[in-house]
Amino acid sequence: MSAEFLQFLFSGVTLGATYALVGLGFSIIYNASHVINFAQGEFVMMGGMGTVFFLGLGLPMPVAILAAIALTTLFGFGLERFAIAPARGASVVTLIIITIGASIVMRGLVQVVWGKEFHAIPSFSGDEPIMIGGATILPQSLWVLGVTVLLVLALRYFFEKTIMGKAIIATSLNRDAALLMGINVRLVLFISFGLSAALGAAAGILVAPITLTNFEAGIMLGLKGFCAAILGGLGNGMGAVAGGMIVGIAEAMGAGYWISEYKDAVAFILILLVLFFKPSGLFGKTGTERV
Amino acid sequence: MLKIENLTSHYGRIQALHGVSLEVNEGELVALVGGNGAGKTTLLRTISGLQGASGGSVSFEGTDITEMAAERRVNLDIAQVPEGRQVFTALSVEDNIRLGAYTKSDKAEIAADMEKMYGRFPILKEKRNQAAGTLSGGQQQMLAMARALMSRPRLLLLDEPSMGLSPVLVMEIFSIVEELKEQGVTIFLVEQNATAALSIADRGYVMETGTISLTGTGEKLLNDETVKAAYLGI
Repeated sequence: MSAEFLQFLFSGVTLGATYALVGLGFSIIYNASHVINFAQGEFVMMGGMGTVFFLGLGLPMPVAILAAIALTTLFGFGLERFAIAPARGASVVTLIIITIGASIVMRGLVQVVWGKEFHAIPSFSGDEPIMIGGATILPQSLWVLGVTVLLVLALRYFFEKTIMGKAIIATSLNRDAALLMGINVRLVLFISFGLSAALGAAAGILVAPITLTNFEAGIMLGLKGFCAAILGGLGNGMGAVAGGMIVGIAEAMGAGYWISEYKDAVAFILILLVLFFKPSGLFGKTGTERV
Repeated sequence: MLKIENLTSHYGRIQALHGVSLEVNEGELVALVGGNGAGKTTLLRTISGLQGASGGSVSFEGTDITEMAAERRVNLDIAQVPEGRQVFTALSVEDNIRLGAYTKSDKAEIAADMEKMYGRFPILKEKRNQAAGTLSGGQQQMLAMARALMSRPRLLLLDEPSMGLSPVLVMEIFSIVEELKEQGVTIFLVEQNATAALSIADRGYVMETGTISLTGTGEKLLNDETVKAAYLGI
């Protein structure tokens, strides 16, 4: 393996982990409501921008990060409570348009309140690159990867082992039957939006020291995360993680070996190919069902 | 125990229930029979709260529950086995059964109840780790019943438990229903298979185009000429 290849791989995996987290956010909300939440990217942006804001208030880094995640989660809850819940009974397309509206509102709010400038968050543990096999990796990349792995494991545990997690899956599979079990499906939706927002914020904070952030940073990250979710099969959590990695690595390789100006196009070319040849996504389940 | 008065319900502008009144007393097994599209399933969905009522009332043990949210009715010990089983196909058999006790919190009690279900339905124990969607129709019906029983209901609403099952399985399901009744569970059974349902029922109601057209003991309805002609194919 050449050092060059390794270098591209490192940056691809780092990007991929971020996309994976964003994609997971899409999947969680999709599962609970069949809504594609186009404000997911804004959750990501708000995590980064929120951290910048709280750091500016003089809060120490860990506190600023937690505060930003909490603030974004509140926005997630708010989006469900004040925009999605009142439209209950509306078609999924209507709900999706509502999330697009919400994303514009969030961008506008951040722009007005926190400004248009680009901001950087300091890296969590220095900027001294680590040499591996002739390539270098930033300590922040290790943070991105490590925290992503932890979050993915925690989510798996939540959905596979806890009764609340199973209730969310049950609701996504069959809303009426979930109601008959006594599951409060409105609460499930509420929790899903909060959880997605928190995940998005975490992704935004992790990546902000590498890519900088501003009020529009969520647009591209959101779209790439969406590609990740589609690529892996919408609603499939592990698929979104794999999809994120594929998009991230393909993008880095595309930028490195092909034309760097087109790096953003790589993700969209991939998603077109998947939609042409395997519309349910690479890991989309066709489902075993008997009637 | 369950009292329904003049209940109406609409799907948009189409009226499905035209003033239904009926009663189920504690400990009874009451059957509701009628043809396709008579409104039987709508009635059950209105009782469990999945479908809204547009008029009239549903009361349970003297409390008006017409407007109560569906998920809260489970706490009153009402459980429904829905039409077409509606198991959570991608979840394991065990998870399906466990979710039936979603409203319960006593872990030891839940574990004991699960063992009871596995005792009653051994096939479910054998397939506990399989996805519920891979079960056969009869097994899914048993799973749907086990899942509903996990909430320890005092009133069990059964919607077409025999649908799509072989005669042997229908007999098996109905003997389980009778067994549940002996254990003191009040049962409201909705069936197209009128002969089978009426022969185990204490009382029965016949439903036609959104209203109750006939009522009486199971035996009386079984011997009623109009019922025979319309639903029993005799």
